[in-house]
Amino acid sequence: MATVGADSLASDRLSRSRSKGHLARATERLMGKKIAVACIVILALLYLAGIFAAWISPYGYEDLDYTAFQGDPPSLSHWAGTDLLGRDVLTRVLWGIQNTVILTVVSIVIAGPVIGVSLGLVSGYFGGKIDSLVMRVGELFAAFPEVLLVIIIAATLRPRFVTWARWVEDNWGLDGIVRSGVVDYFVVSVALVSFGWIGMARLVRGQVLSLKEMQYAEAARALGASTKRILFVHMLPNAISPIVVTMTMGMGTMVGTEIFLSWLGLGIQPPRPSLGILLLEGGSLTVLKVKPWLLLAPGIAAWALVLAWNLLGDALNDVLNPRTR
Amino acid sequence: MGKYIVRRLMWLPVIMFATSLMVFSLFRLVPGDPVTVMLGARYTEERAERLRETFGLDRHIAVQYVDYMAGVFRGDFGESFRFRGRAVNELLWAKIKVSAQLNIAALTIVIGLGLPLGFYIAHKQGSWQDPLAVASAVMIMSIPIMVTAPFMLWAFCLKLHWVPCSGWGGFFDARIVIPAIVMGVPGIAGMARLMRASTLDVMHQDFIRTARAKGLDETTIDRRHVFKNAMIPIVTVLSFTLAGLLGGSVIAERIMGIPGVGRLVVESLFERDYPVVMAVSMVGTFVFVLAILAADIAYAYVDPRIRYR
Repeated sequence: MATVGADSLASDRLSRSRSKGHLARATERLMGKKIAVACIVILALLYLAGIFAAWISPYGYEDLDYTAFQGDPPSLSHWAGTDLLGRDVLTRVLWGIQNTVILTVVSIVIAGPVIGVSLGLVSGYFGGKIDSLVMRVGELFAAFPEVLLVIIIAATLRPRFVTWARWVEDNWGLDGIVRSGVVDYFVVSVALVSFGWIGMARLVRGQVLSLKEMQYAEAARALGASTKRILFVHMLPNAISPIVVTMTMGMGTMVGTEIFLSWLGLGIQPPRPSLGILLLEGGSLTVLKVKPWLLLAPGIAAWALVLAWNLLGDALNDVLNPRTR
Repeated sequence: MGKYIVRRLMWLPVIMFATSLMVFSLFRLVPGDPVTVMLGARYTEERAERLRETFGLDRHIAVQYVDYMAGVFRGDFGESFRFRGRAVNELLWAKIKVSAQLNIAALTIVIGLGLPLGFYIAHKQGSWQDPLAVASAVMIMSIPIMVTAPFMLWAFCLKLHWVPCSGWGGFFDARIVIPAIVMGVPGIAGMARLMRASTLDVMHQDFIRTARAKGLDETTIDRRHVFKNAMIPIVTVLSFTLAGLLGGSVIAERIMGIPGVGRLVVESLFERDYPVVMAVSMVGTFVFVLAILAADIAYAYVDPRIRYR
């Protein structure tokens, strides 16, 4: 099959053995795009910086520098200045990036491959009642303005989760669950996932609906392949490109929404730094009047994250989407 | 078409009902009850009991919900927890008027600048202006509003003193400019990008070549054929553009101190003013669903090939 030319028939265009070649060629094309490569490098740097914040940040995120107590401008010892309490802004930005990258990756994986793809597969393949149930629930979530949904979920779930975590602490003799910020992570992830799965489920469902009618699916069924095998061996690999594109394009929104939640005070809670909190602190009128540079480092970090994901999403779409290629 | 609209409209109460149930149950998940927040430091068991009775919070949840929904069907969203004795209707209406003006201003900017920009750029394909415009559109779209808003404030209000920094004076007040621009900026870039793609799509169609072949001048082709056809996909995204503005509205209202729905809903969530949040979510869903329906209808109107059954 791998020897069939690029202009082969639609029926074998999507066969499994060629889909690997297709991905390899797509990667090659992607690497040929300067912007895409630049985005990958920037994202890798930001993600590594975030993940290893504890090792590379020059100070602790709660350390107060009493010589730079009132929000000093950028200097050699504090590259991005210090905030109004004398904490190093660069350190806090790095820790903020850590929160953002962990949260968004976890959320997109849960919303995309885990929930979205499986619901889409099930709903597209089986159709009938399951299909209409999944799609109606999706419609319901989609009818709810996204911003409202996210903030209501974050605001209402937090107190409940905090209570549960405290109960666990008290009864199991564990300590510091609430303080460790796990609850914040959980709440934000749930909020981000709540709107993130719908698009993916719809996309995969649509893909499966069209792939189901392909002859190779019929052939597999005729040969006695199990439903599970047809879904995961025949359908999923052929739907991989649009799934990857959708996930990449969704990352920008995820990052923006996470920052938005923390900015509102519904995400990561102080004293743990997050990009949203940093932007809030740096963006108030009183601070802007005297210390405008406080906005600079978190602003650039947030912008770079969203921009790199959006550009990479566009590039991937160009490479993987047969219509725009 | 008529049948289609009716069927879609019949779906609306179902969605409203489901949303309300979802939000209502989310609120019941929250431990403790709003009475503790309402009383704050003045909390005594006796007072709490009395308040619960006043608001009917001592009844079974199902009873509360049915009672509340019965009120909603009569157009009464109940009484605010936070502002005692004030009807949510009256409270919300004042805020909706503010937010609607702000959003209309932003939407005007988005359409008024984004469409012509995208149309113009599409005609520059092949020159240096096109890739530059596309790249800057993505760059501008990607700046979070939490960054744009303070930056604009810093530049135009604190440094240049062109406009007052915060507050609200209605549609024709200078103070609407910055929030409307801040909200509109990502939309302008997005709209321009979309319009460019759509225009390019149409420009390479056969019927444009035919129009050119039969000797129509470029202006007529642009006006009569390209622009009209390029608008078709745009119409469907308008409702989502509006929904996208909503998020920006929350941010802009908070930073610029504008008394709109966005600020109200965030404050109400923190103060556990549930009737207000319920009302906002239901009105929000209502408007959003109607906007999507309107877009679908407009879609069929601008493109006669589309028939809904």
